[in-house]
Amino acid sequence: MSDKPKVRIRNLYKIFGTDPASVLDQAKAGLGKTEMLERHGHVLGLKDISIDIGDGEITVIMGLSGSGKSTLIRHLNRLIEPTEGEILVDGIDVTSYGEEELRQLRQMQMSMVFQKFALLPHRTVLENAGMALRVRGESAAAADAAATTWLDRVGLTGFEGHYPHQLSGGMQQRVGIARALTSNAPIMLMDEAFSALDPLIRTDMQGLLLELQQDLHKTIVFITHDLDEALKLADHLVILKDGYVVQQSEPQHILLNPADPYIEDFVSDINRARVLRVRSVMTPLDGRVPADAAGEVGYDDTLESVIAISGGDTAHAYAVLRDGTPVGMLDMKDLVRALVPRAASNGGMLSRAV
Amino acid sequence: MATYEGLFDGMGLRAWCDDGAKDGPMTMSELLAKAKGGELDTAWYDVPFPSLDNLHAACKAVPRTRDMTSGVEQAFLDVKAALQFVLDPLTQPLSWLLDGSLFLFGAIPWWVLLPLILVAVFAVSRSLGVTLFVAVSFLFLSFIDHYSYSVQTLSIIFVCTVLSVLFGVPIGIAMSKSDGLQRGMIPILDMLQTLPSFVYLIPLIFLFSITESKLYGIAIILYAIVPVIRLTDLGIRLVDRDVIEAADAFGMNARQKLFGVEIPLALPNIMAGVNQTIMMALAMVVIASLVSAPGLGVLVLRGIRNLELGVGLVSGVCIVLLAVILDRVSKASLSRINASQKS
Ligand SMILES: Nc1ncnc2c1ncn2[C@@H]1O[C@H](COP(=O)(O)OP(=O)(O)OP(=O)(O)O)[C@@H](O)[C@H]1O
Ligand SMILES: [Mg+2]
Repeated sequence: MSDKPKVRIRNLYKIFGTDPASVLDQAKAGLGKTEMLERHGHVLGLKDISIDIGDGEITVIMGLSGSGKSTLIRHLNRLIEPTEGEILVDGIDVTSYGEEELRQLRQMQMSMVFQKFALLPHRTVLENAGMALRVRGESAAAADAAATTWLDRVGLTGFEGHYPHQLSGGMQQRVGIARALTSNAPIMLMDEAFSALDPLIRTDMQGLLLELQQDLHKTIVFITHDLDEALKLADHLVILKDGYVVQQSEPQHILLNPADPYIEDFVSDINRARVLRVRSVMTPLDGRVPADAAGEVGYDDTLESVIAISGGDTAHAYAVLRDGTPVGMLDMKDLVRALVPRAASNGGMLSRAV
Repeated sequence: MATYEGLFDGMGLRAWCDDGAKDGPMTMSELLAKAKGGELDTAWYDVPFPSLDNLHAACKAVPRTRDMTSGVEQAFLDVKAALQFVLDPLTQPLSWLLDGSLFLFGAIPWWVLLPLILVAVFAVSRSLGVTLFVAVSFLFLSFIDHYSYSVQTLSIIFVCTVLSVLFGVPIGIAMSKSDGLQRGMIPILDMLQTLPSFVYLIPLIFLFSITESKLYGIAIILYAIVPVIRLTDLGIRLVDRDVIEAADAFGMNARQKLFGVEIPLALPNIMAGVNQTIMMALAMVVIASLVSAPGLGVLVLRGIRNLELGVGLVSGVCIVLLAVILDRVSKASLSRINASQKS
């Protein structure tokens, strides 16, 4: 994680209802979502959210339906106004922005990809992709040129003249991504961008996103309710429940140290061997020389690949290499233990590391 | 004497009643009652409803219904001058437009106008079938010598529809942006739409000279503007929330959103409104022949007044034909828009 976050969310509260200010104090005092609704008729949307969104990283926000994911991401470009709290983009609080500054922020700093694509149905693919530049008032030629480049990049060469309804869902979302990229904004907000797609196309799109991210290093905030997707994409994983952050950290850490039963439930169905990496379960060397290693494995290998190497034999230990130098030992017994979901109670430290 | 006399006596109002007595001319029913002569005792089951007239019979201080209607009339006449002073110049351009377009349509020779109409029809509908249908219909209308009447009717509809759209669409947009305005406008629109078309004509006849074209122009526009307002409002309110959100997220300002997203996406609904507006203008232009609107309605009126059954029926058929033409053409252009933007 880079040392200076691109976006910082500080103590953000959002209460839906007729008079949010009147119940803000109760929310701060810890009144839960259901009580808030029963006693005061207000919906507690977000409660004391603080997240640092790293520059050039993919921050995934995950949670069940109704946990406030869409509400949270819409605060970043202020499609929803906060009840209280700060949102700092490059250190500047955007909650104080006036209308014109806000439009500038949305035009230049942030782009967005939507679950239901939200393309303009009466515009061609090319015009849709160039939308951000047209909005800024750039010439049609410039917009079209940039749009063409990015449409090529997402694999839509030749579809420029089509209308959105002539494309499949996956292709429409490619247009959505091209539209966000054409805007050339450093921050990209993706609200369940792949949730409407079928599993195969979805995997494709995840691949596309990771591939693009390798070159572009955008600051991406990605929302999903799918843990597999979250683990695949996340550099930093935030888990929301009923409007508050249950746990946030590097995804491997959450998997190995779930903070509460809610998260245990979440992570219990996952194929841990495929997701966990050697670095998360190895024992660091601390200057000692690796003894009697049965072989060598990579620092970033998945446990699944190690199991394949070991042929299922749990008696061995392996030396872990990072860029050719040994950095740790991996005992197969630790590996097997890591494959069994651990209860949070004996998981020890609850980390809110950022 | 009358049934309710006892009532006023009982309340001790007799003095007030007689005091206010100012016998106007008798109403017809009073005359009839007098002619019958008998002041029969009314049986209990014949007790009349305590209406103004019946109360008046018992107590002269109570006004009669006729006094009320003449009061309304007087009130209207009193404000007439002021209203006229404001409305007359404001609406004068409407007369010019209507007269001008009637003159223009009449002055163009048929062998220029008919092809022009067909080209226009093809341009908006892009359908050979519809164009052919319009061509055959017009040839038929002209063949039975209803050409100039039809063209007059069309010319009035044309002017009134254009004006309805010009005023209706902005009103509809404003309504879609403001819930308050919508709440205020809907009763007015309901009233305009439910008032029997004849009733429109009554205050207009008082206000404007019957020889002025704007008289029927206003009646037609008031009647026909309702659907385009309603459907513009509806159409803009129905625009996909997600697309609006995307427009916001990319930093569009209100103007870019209105012209780049909302109006284009509401266009199918707006066009459905225009289609209905055209049809209602046609319906009203026929009735407006009562107040000197030229066109096919005049023939219908002649059929009724002079009992010329054939004239009335044939012109009725011509109106139906015009209605079908207008409906087909506007529907064809509507479906063209729909096809280009399903989402
Ligand atoms: N405009 C609103 N007025 C009142 N309550 C709202 C409003 N918008 C959202 N909420 C409430 O806030 C909570 C969070 O909604 P949100 O849409 O952010 O959930 P989500 O995590 O995105 O769910 P999903 O996965 O279904 O999209 C819900 O309980 C919802 O009822
Ligand atoms: Mg959502």
